[in-house]
Amino acid sequence: MSTLDEKAKEASTEAVDEVETVLPPKEKKQDNGPWGYIILFFIIGFAASLVIGWGIFPKLLYSQKKQPIDFNHVIHVEAVEEGCESCHFFREDGSFSGVPKLVQCVDCHEEVMGEDPNEVKFVEEYVAKGQEVPWLVYSKQPDCVFFSHIAHVKMGKIECDTCHGHIGESTHSRVYEENRFTGYSRDIWGKNIAGLKKNTWDRMKMDDCAECHAENKAVPKTVERLPWPISWMPRPYEKPTSSQVRTQIDKDACFVCHK
Amino acid sequence: MKEEHKHGKASKFGMVIDLDKCTGCGSCMVACMSENNVPFKKDETNKLDSITWLRIYKLTNGKKFPETDICYIPRPCMQCEGDHGHSPCVSVCPATATDYNHETGIVSQIYTRCFGCRYCMAACPYHARYFNWWDPVWPDGMEKYLSPNVSPRMRGVVEKCSFCFHRYQLAKNKAYAQGRRELKEDEYQTACTQACPAGAITFGDLNNSHHAVYKLVKPDNKHGGRPRNPNAFRLLERLGTNPKVYYLSSREWVRRAGDNYIKDEVKKEHH
Repeated sequence: MSTLDEKAKEASTEAVDEVETVLPPKEKKQDNGPWGYIILFFIIGFAASLVIGWGIFPKLLYSQKKQPIDFNHVIHVEAVEEGCESCHFFREDGSFSGVPKLVQCVDCHEEVMGEDPNEVKFVEEYVAKGQEVPWLVYSKQPDCVFFSHIAHVKMGKIECDTCHGHIGESTHSRVYEENRFTGYSRDIWGKNIAGLKKNTWDRMKMDDCAECHAENKAVPKTVERLPWPISWMPRPYEKPTSSQVRTQIDKDACFVCHK
Repeated sequence: MKEEHKHGKASKFGMVIDLDKCTGCGSCMVACMSENNVPFKKDETNKLDSITWLRIYKLTNGKKFPETDICYIPRPCMQCEGDHGHSPCVSVCPATATDYNHETGIVSQIYTRCFGCRYCMAACPYHARYFNWWDPVWPDGMEKYLSPNVSPRMRGVVEKCSFCFHRYQLAKNKAYAQGRRELKEDEYQTACTQACPAGAITFGDLNNSHHAVYKLVKPDNKHGGRPRNPNAFRLLERLGTNPKVYYLSSREWVRRAGDNYIKDEVKKEHH
């Protein structure tokens, strides 16, 4: 963009030079002058709006918050036997425990075990005082969302990292970015401000849930059964498997994921 | 989900309310409001503004003293199936904010999707839908008592009884924990059912002949769920909304009050 600007500036200065050196015939020069400025300002404005829209606005939109304790997943995963479920377990009634409470941490961390200053801070500020750590939950969904972990993990046999990424391999807690308007974590919209994703865990929007749900519910049907172009089908409830076979989706009811 | 759809038989959750047992005490209304985070207003007498997912109406037979009789009739959302899921409200919603779930037979209401046009309220013949004219305001500290399983509604959206759908979701979770996909009858019960001190409300799966609701009304599922029990009736049966809430009464005038009849009309027997 900076090169564009420079080029535009060069062009405009050239135009100005011309006006100054070769004055007559008058009418012709007057025609060229304003157009140069219009194009110049258009390019500057266009470049500026791109910079603001793609660079500055996303920076302003999200506030950066640090987790109260810098948590090392790698150390913990090595120390426990059952992987993620050792700390993020299912309760007897099928509900998911989510972020561990102090009770579970205290099992090991009643006293400082290592030399990490983060652990010292954790034991002194939270364990000793019996205070819960106010963890910031990256994947916290809005109120209206019902998500059953057990349905996906136990019945659906979906791995944790399909949605959460390889968080178990992190040695530090990353910065929690909160949308200043909605109060939701940036993980919901995804890192990419354009809303593009490469991995299944890049975003946690309704479309991402629907994508997988639609795929699993899709019933391939022949062209005769669906006499209209596939592009007419409402997204994301359709996924063409080939040009010959079009899929018709037996979509899930809204109440499956809403509450 | 795919497997569930294949193996699991679709349920059709319904309710049977015995009007001869109902005393009109209002426990069900209270239980419903607290269970579902239904907001209340300072002046609940303003019925244009107040929201009651389940509401009790009082019927009288209009006769003088010795023959006078009253009946209380609780009215939740009827969860109409209509004709193959074409409930009156579902058909008119321009936002697809409400849909008919063929796996449970429950008509959903997605508050975040609703934009408050209120077509569904106009379409609903039972006045079961309510509009939030205001944002909910709870007395100080009371928001801590709200149920986390039901999302609170904002101003400008329509809400209605969901047959305590969140209880179904939780019951499913528990069943999954035990490796089951099917629910037992007592695992999913609505708040009003459990709160009724007279035991007038029964809740269960109308497709399951072992469930109490099925035994009580013996629904003719091939003919729009018409009750075979002569004491059972549904509100405005003749509209063809195919509701899943049945009422029982041994009193003829109560059963007749459930629908509109011409003054001297003789009630036709179902064949």
